[in-house]
Amino acid sequence: MVVMNKIVIENLNLQYADGTESLRHINIDIRENAITVLFGPAGGGKSTLLRCLNRLNDLTEVKTVSGRILIDGKDILDPQTDTIVLRRKVGMVFARPVVLPMSIYQNLSYGLELAGEKRSSVLYEAAERSLKLAALWDEVKDRLDDPAIALSGGQQQRLCLARSLAQQPEIILLDEPTSGLDPISTGKVEAALQELKRNYTIILVPHSIQQAARTADYAAFFLQGELVEYGEGSELFTKPKEKRTEDYVTGRFG
Amino acid sequence: MNRHLSQRLGFSLLTMVAVFTVVPIIGVIVYIFIQGSPAISWEFLTVAPRAGMREGGILPAIIGTFYLTIGTAIFSVPLGIAAAVYLSEYSADTRWTRLIRLAIINLAGIPSVVYGLFGLGLFVLFLNFGTSILSASLTLSIMTLPVIISTAEEALRAVPQAFRTVSISLGATRWQTIRRIVLPQALPGILTGVILGLERAAGETAPILFTGAAFFLPRLPGSVFDATMALPYHLFVISTQVPEMPIRIQYGTALVLLVFVLGMNLIATVIRSRARARRQW
Amino acid sequence: MKSELTWQEFIITRAIKASGYSAIVFVALIFFFLLREGLPTLGEVPLTTLFSDRWYPIEDYFGILPLITGSLIVTVGAALVAIPFGIGTAIYIAEIAPRWMREILKPLVELLGGLPSVVLGFLGILVFSPWLRVFLDLPTGLTALTGSLLLGGIAVPTVVSVAEDALDTVPRAYREGAWALGATRWQTIWRVTLPAARSGVLTGVMLGVGRAIGETMAVMMVTGNAPVLALTPGSLFSPVRTMTATIAAEMGEVASGSVHYHTLFFIGMMLFLISLAVNVVASAVVFQSKKRAERILS
Repeated sequence: MVVMNKIVIENLNLQYADGTESLRHINIDIRENAITVLFGPAGGGKSTLLRCLNRLNDLTEVKTVSGRILIDGKDILDPQTDTIVLRRKVGMVFARPVVLPMSIYQNLSYGLELAGEKRSSVLYEAAERSLKLAALWDEVKDRLDDPAIALSGGQQQRLCLARSLAQQPEIILLDEPTSGLDPISTGKVEAALQELKRNYTIILVPHSIQQAARTADYAAFFLQGELVEYGEGSELFTKPKEKRTEDYVTGRFG
Repeated sequence: MNRHLSQRLGFSLLTMVAVFTVVPIIGVIVYIFIQGSPAISWEFLTVAPRAGMREGGILPAIIGTFYLTIGTAIFSVPLGIAAAVYLSEYSADTRWTRLIRLAIINLAGIPSVVYGLFGLGLFVLFLNFGTSILSASLTLSIMTLPVIISTAEEALRAVPQAFRTVSISLGATRWQTIRRIVLPQALPGILTGVILGLERAAGETAPILFTGAAFFLPRLPGSVFDATMALPYHLFVISTQVPEMPIRIQYGTALVLLVFVLGMNLIATVIRSRARARRQW
Repeated sequence: MKSELTWQEFIITRAIKASGYSAIVFVALIFFFLLREGLPTLGEVPLTTLFSDRWYPIEDYFGILPLITGSLIVTVGAALVAIPFGIGTAIYIAEIAPRWMREILKPLVELLGGLPSVVLGFLGILVFSPWLRVFLDLPTGLTALTGSLLLGGIAVPTVVSVAEDALDTVPRAYREGAWALGATRWQTIWRVTLPAARSGVLTGVMLGVGRAIGETMAVMMVTGNAPVLALTPGSLFSPVRTMTATIAAEMGEVASGSVHYHTLFFIGMMLFLISLAVNVVASAVVFQSKKRAERILS
């Protein structure tokens, strides 16, 4: 089986409007159908990099971006890119569960309705499918019309995961998705990701280094905007090549 | 010990100040209710006046105020909400935006009689609409605009930014996000502001003095180009310019106007508190 | 389907942007029309007459000084009432009243702000001014004082709303810091909370004063409408006439295009400029304080 690079990032530099430099000379290849973990101390640029991948940075005060981000060979930083289509292809789960102020079902159908889908059979099927993938179906199948805000924190976050799956993206970005969740919910999310990686390219910013070690097929260590080291998860956490990586992984700083 | 004594004195003083401010409010409302209720009857509310306004009812004035309020709503509500959407969702902090905000603050501060002058100059004379419901409504609309824009913008900004981010990340355009999430969630707040703005417009006299209000009208207005009677103007004239005006009718008219205005206030308050209870965020 | 969405959205976005700028258009329009009908006055009425102390349009006396002093004395009087009562009540609601009372008082004060001024003027004529006449033993109850007191009452809700919001916004940490240092609540209010809310309170006062300047009906109904110069404190007890009342009272009877007509627009223009000045200053104050707060908090 040929392992493909889903995302190729070439020499990405990003600077915010207030002058703080956030990403410097990032070069990284993200493998398809695997979990790639971006880890490192706060301020390393990991979230910024995630937001580049679905052009969500367009909404913030970014001053300059240079370099290329190729998804399936096409540069998404090109101004001609259709960002709407891109964001359907690249789903995102945020750190705090943000459920839309609607019912559970409507949260799931929202994305498809944006695209113009009106057939309720299609919407329902999508809702069921994504809830099952997020391991939430059994818990909510009888109350799809309840307001989503009534769910517990862990359930809400899995709903957000399901919501991002409803449009059948190819890539899923997760920015500290379990940071507010209890260990059981965290476990459910991590288990769901292990299932999902068979068909989706997953990029995860973990909230602890333990989570990074648990879930990573590939791992990238970011420090203050620079990519320090990148390799297979099994090696990076046990036999890191760079001293800085080793210091962080062993807890000498953080 | 001295500190605590001065605190006690100070608190008592301020309490008295507050009482002295609040009691007259209640007093005014209660007094008008007491004095005005004897005049209220089915006839008073549904029949036109007779004998130079000294007998009969005030139906045309009630209907006139109703027309003017609706007319004001038609012009000011869509424009005001759209402007609020622009300020909240589209504008950046540029010089032009600051100019817009300054303009809004200014519109809010212009004396109501100056609006009347403006309405006279532009709508009645220059555009030749004459003294009419149309002129008066347009004048009142511009006056009400700043209130609607401010409250609507506040309601829109209160909607959590996270919703917009999530919506965009799912592939929505800015307008889709506004239409599907932001506006519906802000609607109760916007509605409250609209009602409070219209309540003010309904009670204003000076802007309609030379633009649409009339006192002796033989018939109800037939089109928007007709002048109309209106409650605030009616009250003004019967209390200052009509000799031998029965006091009972004056109080009755004041009461009807008060109930109209307080009623709107009550509706706005109810909408506000119900929305707060049902909020999903 | 996608392209239709974009086309619809394009038009809507354009309409929204145009609406945003409409406020500027309206202000400009108002200013333009006032200017158009008011400027001719400068050509028709010699300046010495315009700023003389006789306002008697029937005999071509267009001196606006009495009107200006009338507005001034009534507004100053109103401010003297509204500021202490407004700020005092705001402090009471924000800092002293128990929670349940706040929930009642705030809407009640807002309610007063919504009462039509013609209703208050009406009560002024029928109840307040006769009472004042008896109480102060005056020849008439329709005086500048009556107007001031009534106007003060009308301006108070504005002052209370804005000032109370400003006091409410002061971070709890400020008060707690003062208490931790041993200050009483009273001392905290005057030395910590109120100064911290200074700009918001000032804005409330200015907006209240602005409301007083612009008030027409109530003041017209109770100040007696005598356009005489009001320069001494004694004038407080005699009738006066404000600029706003003049316009309202006389506009209905003037011939369009006459000197009288232009002069009334001229007065309107002055009112517009005064309110413009008050608002610009008020927003500059708020802007300054925001910058200060940003510096402090960063």
